[in-house]
Amino acid sequence: MNVTFLLNGETVQVDAEPTRTLLDWLREDNGLCGTKEGCNEGDCGACTVMVTDAGGANALNACILFLPQLHGKAVRTVEGISAPDGSLHPVQQAMIDHHGSQCGFCTPGFIAAMATGHLAGRTDHDDVLAGNLCRCTGYAPIVRAAKAAEAAPVPAWIKDDLPAVDAAPYAPDTLDALADWYAANTDATLIAGATDVGLWVTKQLRDLSQVAFLNRCAPLRAITQTDDTIHFGAAVTMTEVLDIIRKAHPSYAEMIRRYGSDQVRNAATIGGNIANGSPIGDNPPALIALGATLHLRHADKTRDLPLEDFFIAYGKQDRAAGELVTGVTLPKQAPALRCYKISKRFDQDISAVCGCFNVTIVDGVVTHARIAFGGMAGTPHRAHGVEAALIGQPWTAQTIQGAAAYFAKDYAPMSDMRASADYRLQVAQNLLHRYFADLSGQATSVLEVTS
Amino acid sequence: MSVAKSLPHDAAALHVTGAARYIDDIPTPAGTLHLAFGMSQIACGTIRAMNLEKVKSAAGVIAVLTADDLPYANDVSPSAHDEPLLATRQVHYIGQPLFLVVADTHLAARKAVQLALIDYDQDTPILTLEDAIAADSRFEDGPRIWTKGDVDRALNAAPHRVRGTINMGGQEHFYLEGQAALALPQEGGDMVVHSSTQHPTEIQHKVAEALGLPMHAVRCEVRRMGGGFGGKESQGNALAVGCAVAARLTGKPCKMRYDRDDDMMITGKRHDFRITYDAGFDSDGRLTGVDFTQMTRCGWALDLSLPVADRAMLHADNAYHLPSARITSHRFKTNTQSATAFRGFGGPQGVLGIERVMDHIAATLGLDPVVVRQRNYYAAMPFDNGAGTGAGTGKRYGGAYSPQAAQQTTPYHMPVKDFILHDMTAALLASCDYNTRRAAIADWNAGQSVLKKGIAFSPVKFGISFTLTHLNQAGALVHVYQDGSIHMNHGGTEMGQGLFQKVAQVAAERFGVDVTAVKITATDTGKVPNTSATAASSGTDLNGMAVANACDTIRDRIAACLADLHQTPAADIRFADGHVHVGDSQMTFAEAAQTAYLNRISLSATGFYKTPDLAWDRIKGTGTPFFYFAQGAAVTEVVIDTLTGENRILRCDILHDAGASLNPALDIGQVEGGYVQGAGWLTTEELVWDAKGHLRTHAPATYKIPACSDRPDVFNVALWDQPNPAQTIYRSKAVGEPPFMLGISAFLALSDAVAACGSAYPDLQAPATAEQVLRAVQRARA
Repeated sequence: MNVTFLLNGETVQVDAEPTRTLLDWLREDNGLCGTKEGCNEGDCGACTVMVTDAGGANALNACILFLPQLHGKAVRTVEGISAPDGSLHPVQQAMIDHHGSQCGFCTPGFIAAMATGHLAGRTDHDDVLAGNLCRCTGYAPIVRAAKAAEAAPVPAWIKDDLPAVDAAPYAPDTLDALADWYAANTDATLIAGATDVGLWVTKQLRDLSQVAFLNRCAPLRAITQTDDTIHFGAAVTMTEVLDIIRKAHPSYAEMIRRYGSDQVRNAATIGGNIANGSPIGDNPPALIALGATLHLRHADKTRDLPLEDFFIAYGKQDRAAGELVTGVTLPKQAPALRCYKISKRFDQDISAVCGCFNVTIVDGVVTHARIAFGGMAGTPHRAHGVEAALIGQPWTAQTIQGAAAYFAKDYAPMSDMRASADYRLQVAQNLLHRYFADLSGQATSVLEVTS
Repeated sequence: MSVAKSLPHDAAALHVTGAARYIDDIPTPAGTLHLAFGMSQIACGTIRAMNLEKVKSAAGVIAVLTADDLPYANDVSPSAHDEPLLATRQVHYIGQPLFLVVADTHLAARKAVQLALIDYDQDTPILTLEDAIAADSRFEDGPRIWTKGDVDRALNAAPHRVRGTINMGGQEHFYLEGQAALALPQEGGDMVVHSSTQHPTEIQHKVAEALGLPMHAVRCEVRRMGGGFGGKESQGNALAVGCAVAARLTGKPCKMRYDRDDDMMITGKRHDFRITYDAGFDSDGRLTGVDFTQMTRCGWALDLSLPVADRAMLHADNAYHLPSARITSHRFKTNTQSATAFRGFGGPQGVLGIERVMDHIAATLGLDPVVVRQRNYYAAMPFDNGAGTGAGTGKRYGGAYSPQAAQQTTPYHMPVKDFILHDMTAALLASCDYNTRRAAIADWNAGQSVLKKGIAFSPVKFGISFTLTHLNQAGALVHVYQDGSIHMNHGGTEMGQGLFQKVAQVAAERFGVDVTAVKITATDTGKVPNTSATAASSGTDLNGMAVANACDTIRDRIAACLADLHQTPAADIRFADGHVHVGDSQMTFAEAAQTAYLNRISLSATGFYKTPDLAWDRIKGTGTPFFYFAQGAAVTEVVIDTLTGENRILRCDILHDAGASLNPALDIGQVEGGYVQGAGWLTTEELVWDAKGHLRTHAPATYKIPACSDRPDVFNVALWDQPNPAQTIYRSKAVGEPPFMLGISAFLALSDAVAACGSAYPDLQAPATAEQVLRAVQRARA
């Protein structure tokens, strides 16, 4: 596949294998060894690079970023974050001044993430750096460095113009072309952000010979809003989703803030998170609680279905061979929506349990209830028994107590390395109590408490 | 002055530009081959047959080695010769290397590994502590037992008694740079090995054994590691030996780096422990006796488990005087990864045991846990600054005219002479406003139904020295060139801790030059031989002294030369400010070096140091295993969610004793990083094996070290600036491991928050994941 992009300001043209990662290409073919491999699965951030596209500069994990995804973009590695004459970027100088590196192995990834945050004027350093693990410093000096560099002007050399490129046959730019191709190549793999497919390659060592990349397909990247609804194309990234839903659904947005990391959200797409059918994806429970509609297309035939009906069983979705997820539509109004993500670590961790509650209360009585969980079964699905026990009842602690018992009928969770079955069930019940306390205005989040 | 300056890490500018080279960044000669291990898929059994035909014929594969192909020693153990590089017949854990693939690329080697067909006869594995106890599967002939006084009598006579059990999980090192090695064959069969190791001499030794060569034919070099934390003390042996054997066989350079998942499946981790306690105490909370039983899973091979378990016993007292004690230590053998060194080396586990006892005593008596701790502290170091005691001064205690108090001893009968935690504790409690905040937290908790806060204090007193006494030695090699530039080398390795910079500051100080005049060079067994691992927090103590010794030799030669030329006593010649001062005249250090060279003075010297006054009998449990104690104290405040067990550290205040710090910035870096790593061990970092012995948490997706937002929101760290009474380099103290144990205050704070939920003792178990915290909340409410 012919790929053209800018690397540290210089145009490069590569004839790439479809799943050659940027990281391996940098280190093995180019001798650019500043960018490190820490985990090879997008969880540690040592391979972070800055990638600029039409939407701006983003931090991405190079270890699960395939070269064809870069067509028409600009890449800056740690070697290109200092100036061509060797002058340091302000975040580099601040990291020296504040003793932000010890062993130094994670440092290039931190520098790339910090420089990207600095370029965007961000001061939410914990979120900017949630995807970068450091085992030496305890992070305090790194955050001090990031703060110290906030006011420094953005160096001119860091800003990239995008190269003009031709269309790429492996990345169709129309939905018609993509749908036709996929219908004719039903064994092919569609690659959007590669935050999951990347691991098929780097960890399962699978050969994916037949692939199409979705990132240049404009209709899949579209976001459209009406008075009542928001529509996300399937290839909208989770960073873009987060930006849009902050206003409509702040609790969902808070959950997405903790979904993966900046690097992951900049690549991961909402369609990918749905289509891969994971029982622990965080979008589906929220979207099911909202009553979202999924859009699919096979060749020129489209169909819509309630998202909850898409998930049939573990590893099985209502998607025909050659049919692709094109987008999802969700309501804009759901003031009582609350999304609770429970995991061992707050940031960049897969949920043990993700519970989403959307209850309507009129005159003190529950009129509608949509409650959906991830991590409680082989698919994300609704707690129908709990919902039934709430609807028509007064919104009281007593009702909550009675309804919570139905979680044991709705779900039979399993034990794994993230949590035991008992804990999952207990937490599901307790989250209903949290929801009640939350709606009544009590403090329920440890993340909002200070010393 | 070069020492005591807060200079940046010597490689900081290289780190931030991506120019710092790690093993996998070293440019390799054309034709370099890449290696990967095939690993056991069962925890216990024998190999019936290994069909490796498809592996051998896979794309890019050059060779596939099994144990039968190894020409000499098949052993990578650091201790007991019980760890074959490649399994012979028996397999001992899931992840054990069985065969070695040599291929033209890293990816080709990894892919080929998957094609092996291995037939096993499976046996029932011994996985859990319960399995091991039932089977009496252990290292050594029985438990080690150390005693002090008559503990049974003390317990029976005690007014109060608590009994309990605390389980604490292991910990994955998660050095950001995985294990890696590169072997470069030399003429005449010699081998040069680049290894990411804390112990280059052991790499040299194991490679020499595997190649059937004397040690002089093998040279190991390491410039830096991307983190070590103990995980690169012995765990790099397999890669280095594998590369060397393959390089000998193929005649090509061979490189190996573990993929992260392989790294976590193959290599050892911190020892998990179960500690049971039976403690007797009076109504003030003063211990009269304590009986500890420490049980640990060592995994399948001995590795460093004996000294680790010993150090857990050696820290069963932490900062507290135990009038009588019995410490029983069981080292169990299980079909899991061979547990290994990890920052603290058993110390943290031992400390957590006694800290749990203090917490439990306080809960039983309804006392502030800090007060109970202070009452049980060892007696304070006598006031002695060499003057100002005795008649006519304001200070009349502890000096020559004061009666000698009976000296308090540790459970291993070592007198404690340098205990300074009384003053440190008082200072920390005042600076962090502990009493006011404790009261405010109680008020806050009274008004909250879902969330509860907790606050806790914990101290650390950590023994400094290798307990294997002969390891307490170090060598150095220093050259001064005729332009006055200085080449410094020693046996210590750099893993991020700033050792190289601190020792360079020492060298600069000895010559009176700026630290930039000192070139820091890679650790190299060809320059300094017979080195000890950079471990036990000893790097600066040992290598700083060795370098100072080498520098002084050269400095004295230069001084003697100048004294002769200038007809001045050598004692009057001073090295300072980049100059050499001879009487009233001065010359630059470079001019002095040039003068010495022209006068045919040797400007190269070795240096050596051995720690004095150590004597230790690990079987009897008596002696002086430590040169001194490094100390510290922390107060942590947390909040928990009583519905889910979710929890956060809100604030941490630390006062830490680095003696007279050689570099306060680097030392504070060790304290901050050690605390967060210690808190991680006891909170989110959970290792989970399934019923077949398969480690399920073998990648950062499932094993959660602290992330950026997990550090305390408010994080105040200060150093206690008091010179070490022991004669260490510039009276500094070791700082690598001790602060790790300050993370225990976070665990105790969580327990304190849980205690706000009910009247029963929370009996919190570690790691205190959200799940464990929720269970403890339920216990407290029961």
